[in-house]
Amino acid sequence: MKTKKQIQSKITFLLGLILLTTIACERELSEDVVEATFTLNPEVYIDGFSAGLEYYPYLDSKFDAFSVDTEVKYSGASSMRFDVPNVGDPSGAYAGAIFRDDNGGRDLSGYDALTFWAKSSTAATINDIGFGQDFGENKFQVSKRGLRLSTNWVKYIIPIPNPSELHQESGMFWYAEGPENDNGYTFWIDELKYEKLGTIAQPRPSILNGDDIVVNSFIGVKINITDLNQTFHLDSGQNTTVSAAPGYFTFTSSDPSVASVSEFGEVLIETDGQTIITASLNGIEAEGSLTINSVGSFSFAPTPSRSPEDVTSIFSNHYTNTPVDFFNGYWQPYQTTQSADFSIDGDDFLNYTNFNFVGIQFANPTVDATEKSNLHFNMYIPDAVPSNFDFLVTVIDFGPDKVNGGGDDTRQQLFVRKSPRIIADSWMTIEFSLAAMTTKNNVGLIIFENINFSPLNNFYLDNIYFYK
Amino acid sequence: MKINSKYIPNTSLFISAMIAVLFFLNIACSTDETQTVTTLNTLVWEDNFDRVSATDSLPDTTKWTYNEGTGDNGWGNNELQYYTARPENVVLNTEGMLEITAVKEFYMGANYTSGRILTKGLYENAYGRYEARIKLPWGQGIWPAFWLLGDNSSGAGWPSIGEIDIMEYRGQEPTIVHGSVHGPGYSGGEAITKSFNLLNDRFDTDFHVFGIEWGPEYINYYVDDVLYNQITPADVSGEWVFNSNKFYIIMNVAVGGSFAGNPNNETVFPQTMLVDYVRVYQ
Repeated sequence: MKTKKQIQSKITFLLGLILLTTIACERELSEDVVEATFTLNPEVYIDGFSAGLEYYPYLDSKFDAFSVDTEVKYSGASSMRFDVPNVGDPSGAYAGAIFRDDNGGRDLSGYDALTFWAKSSTAATINDIGFGQDFGENKFQVSKRGLRLSTNWVKYIIPIPNPSELHQESGMFWYAEGPENDNGYTFWIDELKYEKLGTIAQPRPSILNGDDIVVNSFIGVKINITDLNQTFHLDSGQNTTVSAAPGYFTFTSSDPSVASVSEFGEVLIETDGQTIITASLNGIEAEGSLTINSVGSFSFAPTPSRSPEDVTSIFSNHYTNTPVDFFNGYWQPYQTTQSADFSIDGDDFLNYTNFNFVGIQFANPTVDATEKSNLHFNMYIPDAVPSNFDFLVTVIDFGPDKVNGGGDDTRQQLFVRKSPRIIADSWMTIEFSLAAMTTKNNVGLIIFENINFSPLNNFYLDNIYFYK
Repeated sequence: MKINSKYIPNTSLFISAMIAVLFFLNIACSTDETQTVTTLNTLVWEDNFDRVSATDSLPDTTKWTYNEGTGDNGWGNNELQYYTARPENVVLNTEGMLEITAVKEFYMGANYTSGRILTKGLYENAYGRYEARIKLPWGQGIWPAFWLLGDNSSGAGWPSIGEIDIMEYRGQEPTIVHGSVHGPGYSGGEAITKSFNLLNDRFDTDFHVFGIEWGPEYINYYVDDVLYNQITPADVSGEWVFNSNKFYIIMNVAVGGSFAGNPNNETVFPQTMLVDYVRVYQ
């Protein structure tokens, strides 16, 4: 039990002096001390870079986003200033960097959180902020996603999912943040350091966002266990959740002969049968699981035969794909669709589970489908086609502003109706003409959705492309 | 309310505590925690919550009885739980600990169940050092307590019978406990209370000792080896009702109500208060 003093510090101090002066116990204590291999220095940035700390902006970010500010600071002589660019800033689309200890790393195992004071020029939400990114394995990367800043100085706490892993960590701090509603802004961070708060407790790790997911799958399929989180209860009474790298977790397959799982959460299905993938973090069972029903060998989608110059591909291993912003927008609050994407022998497949609707966005840059005015995709429905299957594909052109919304968007609805052609456990080729769509030079989004109460729950997609 | 009042050590108590510590350190060469804050050391009553047999998992009926149901108006505080005598809510575990568990379940019209045990009619006394070693639950709206209530067999009602709250805690404030007295003219929101804030640690991650040392005209409050408050007749704005009546011990975990507020969707259930022992010294 720790001895804690609140109001009797003077007495404690007096007793401490007496203890030191009258009793010679210290020698024995020192023999128990384990020598630390790496520095225990907890300071990242107090009033300047701590020893060994180096700044590495991301290659495609605004390089000069970071500076030292001696005017605005929480305490001491300076703070870290970050200037997030406006949309369209030629110097970079976003601000982001890692701050790495280049003296070989630090022993952070005695701390339980990265803490700092921060404020912003306008209320803002930082996309990613955390530690453990080192441009190497990033084995113990942590991100606090969606950290909300205000215009007042506030102390923030990013808990370490399991400090006992961090005996040599060089990724001291990292962040990535884009404009807020197209607008750049500035935020400041000060007193950035690791601390042993002692009040970070009640860890509740989770995988797959805490869901128990069941998938039917095939020999050779690789599935990554994703959405790995660790949640703590803070002394403020608030829960805080951080996204944690697979390195913090121990993964287990209930039947490793059916599917193996690596230390990074990569599942490989070996044979038919059933297995359940679970995980733990520091001995605590993580919420969420993946039950795999392996039904045997997989059939691949038909290999596309169109010439690459006639195709603008969104998702295919047979063509060079246009940049995609996301294959699942996780639109809250109404979307239920999860992603369980997988690959077999280097061929990738999109798998949507618990489906109601989902969007694939490719707005950077948008696609000009004026010439290539047809849409192709392959679809596979495992098990059975629902009796009242009714499926809508909506292609959306973002208009001159090239962003979703803004009043200049146009859309084309394409209906996949129940018919003898729609069959289960087989790849279907679905093609549409976009001839009726008058403006299609800034296509940025495709939405798939169940309509008319269709209960289609689970399907795979491949070879999504526009063609001439 | 005296929440911000500073405790000024009673001189003789302070000196005797110092001497006790110095004596102990000089011969034992140890920094073990020592109750330097207490003077009463003759054990007169205890329950270590050890099972009598491997299968006997219920509290000793010669020491404890149960409050059951929802009381009047949620035990006077709009509490949400239904107290039961079932082992789901009150049980001795195999490690010799009392577990009082708040469960989220529909039961007799309530949305939660929990437990409340008391020594009423079995052990009632005045004065002494009352302490318990407890690991507390956590989360919004969880309200565990270790407290004494005055006997009401004379017909007197609350708050005239007196109430000594040795430990109260809000699950959303895992570093803070509260020690209070309630009596005529200083009850409910006007109780005499002081809070103790644990630094760099929490009450739900390990066991802590919560106690009072209660004698004529004073009640001293301590957590582990820290004496953090003394309440005397000069501190209360009404009659001092702690010199005459006999008091019994209550241990419970309430859910919701006016003190801690109600649970929210982030409150994790079940929540268990683990009690290693309750001891009374005179």
